[in-house]
Amino acid sequence: MEIFLQQIINGLVQGSVYALVALGYTMVYGILGLINFAHGEVVMTGAMLALSALTALIGWGVSPLLALPVSLMLAMAGCMALGYGIERIAYRPLRHAPRLAPLITAIGVSIVLQNLAMMIWGREYHAFPQLIINRPHLIFGAIINDIQIIIVVMAIGLMAGLMVVVHRTRLGRAMRAVAENQHAAQLMGVDVNRVISITFMIGSALAAVAGLMVSANYGLAHYYMGFLLGLKAFTAAVLGGIGNLRGAMLGGLLLGLIESLGAGYIGDITGGFMGSQYQDVFAFLVLIAVLVFRPSGLLGERLAERA
Amino acid sequence: MSARPVLSLLLAALVLLFSACGKSASDQAAASGDLVVRIGSAAPLTGPLAHMGKDNENGTRMAIDDANAKGIVIGGKKVHFELISEDDQADPKTATIVAQKLVDEKVNGIIGHLNSGTTIPAAKIYSDNGIPQISPSATAVAYTNQGFKTAFRVMANDAQQGDVLGAYAVKNLGAKRIAVIDDRTAYGQGLADEFIKAATAAGGEIVAHEYTSDKSVDFTAVLTAVKGKQPDLLFYGGMDAQGGPMARQIKALALNVKYMMGDGGHTPEFIKLAGDAALGVYASLPGVPLDKMPGGKAFSERFVAKYQPIQLYAPYCYDAVNVMIAAMQKADSAEPARYLPMLAGISYDGITAKIQFDAKGDLKGGTVTLYQVQKGQWQPLETVGAQ
Repeated sequence: MEIFLQQIINGLVQGSVYALVALGYTMVYGILGLINFAHGEVVMTGAMLALSALTALIGWGVSPLLALPVSLMLAMAGCMALGYGIERIAYRPLRHAPRLAPLITAIGVSIVLQNLAMMIWGREYHAFPQLIINRPHLIFGAIINDIQIIIVVMAIGLMAGLMVVVHRTRLGRAMRAVAENQHAAQLMGVDVNRVISITFMIGSALAAVAGLMVSANYGLAHYYMGFLLGLKAFTAAVLGGIGNLRGAMLGGLLLGLIESLGAGYIGDITGGFMGSQYQDVFAFLVLIAVLVFRPSGLLGERLAERA
Repeated sequence: MSARPVLSLLLAALVLLFSACGKSASDQAAASGDLVVRIGSAAPLTGPLAHMGKDNENGTRMAIDDANAKGIVIGGKKVHFELISEDDQADPKTATIVAQKLVDEKVNGIIGHLNSGTTIPAAKIYSDNGIPQISPSATAVAYTNQGFKTAFRVMANDAQQGDVLGAYAVKNLGAKRIAVIDDRTAYGQGLADEFIKAATAAGGEIVAHEYTSDKSVDFTAVLTAVKGKQPDLLFYGGMDAQGGPMARQIKALALNVKYMMGDGGHTPEFIKLAGDAALGVYASLPGVPLDKMPGGKAFSERFVAKYQPIQLYAPYCYDAVNVMIAAMQKADSAEPARYLPMLAGISYDGITAKIQFDAKGDLKGGTVTLYQVQKGQWQPLETVGAQ
């Protein structure tokens, strides 16, 4: 029983990270109908920036409790600038081009960012400094530690914050209007370019947080960590219904749970025929299943409308 | 717009110029009557094992620089050794492409590859073309079991290593319930299987055998499944890039086990990645500790001064090159077909050990040393095997 509970906790922690990253995909898709495949690389950049800032700050003798939020802020600022830049350079000139064109520039940007990161930070794994004493807590025999609690709480907080922004503020109304119909929104006086830029910046800031979370949780960061994470978060977004914010959160959490329960029990279920090395396969099985049986995702209607 | 054709012409000219420059070094050497001998090095220079690949390349390069400085004469001609280094990305598919490329570049011999998974498929290509190959680090038994006359290694294999690890886990560490995780590569899987054989033979019980991949970062699900079986020792067959983070996650899950790895974990990088979870971890490494090697201390000092701290296999690469050159000198030829028989029958005092090959191409009388992380460093515990 405690093993089952432990797998649920593992899944929730992993799922919160997926959800945060999935939000970035889904926001951009909701507004532009574009899949920003460079988003995974923004997560990686966030993690690397945070790690560099952290190492520098600790080196100057700043206390870890101060260094952590400061480097998170720096990473968020850096990623927001990056998100703005990506949109400005790779997507805005192609806004009225056929849909395939921005998809290809997205992949191009992703490759460029990965290689830039490789040149700047090198090819090796970077160990993440252990700043806070990561105490384990026992819940009915299962273990959850401080970092994991922080991850889940922060993820939920950020998601709630985003919902408030989208549904309760002027900016959120503008975002929803642009998503509904760009031309109509423009005619109503909404600055479409500005709204799109801000969307990219919010998504990138969330990505930076997710990047820091992943590297703090696993204790490492490297230049291609964004690739698989990005693909899985994209899967989560599709699972929940791409373009739908609540869907991205639900999809992220579900995917985390599916992966962790799947990897934990597949060996027992198949009698050792398939083992836990299939952990990464689950995400993509889910992707295929969703695309075949429910292309609009669990909560989404938009995809069917738009297609 | 009219500037574009001019620009591309300029670029083309530059490219031509550079490629011409690249050639001139060997051309000059050839022109002055020197014999150019190309030695290929294949290791992952990108990806999670890049730190090890670079270490191998540097070890090989140092041996080649030394040989050039010595002014070796083969067949009455002064020899100029040239290093051709390729990146196999630790990927078996890429390894075969790289192997073909090295063959096409007419290398006289190969030092590599680093991983067993890449060495095994590449060995066929070298064998088909009759090019001698010495792997400094591939430990999987399957490598020399393919029956290729061109395949050698200068390190004990996983049968020897697994034996030592399995017996040590049960007899010295008192492990009764043992869990095994491997990364499903030729190396990880092979070593895990040998470990299981030896541990079972010594009276230990394997309570779980789980798997991950050589690209994973998240092991919590697997470790949780392992935790359910209540093992007292966990063996991981894989490399440091996964083993280090795994050590952290073992600690985070409060999984109370002794943690053990093979040679893939015995690096400074492991200690960096595992953080404070590295303390008390066990790993093995074929051969004797560096400071007990016949020429280990001097090599280590020179290597660190020239490059960076030794990760793992650099001394073995250095020996592999020197053994190859010694065979060439003995045959008085750098032609693969001529010096290959000499290589098979060589006896050479290297810095890691006395190097002699058995009929399969394995190192004769290989030893294995067990280490534990103490005070942030790998400390040798004991050396097993005749030397």
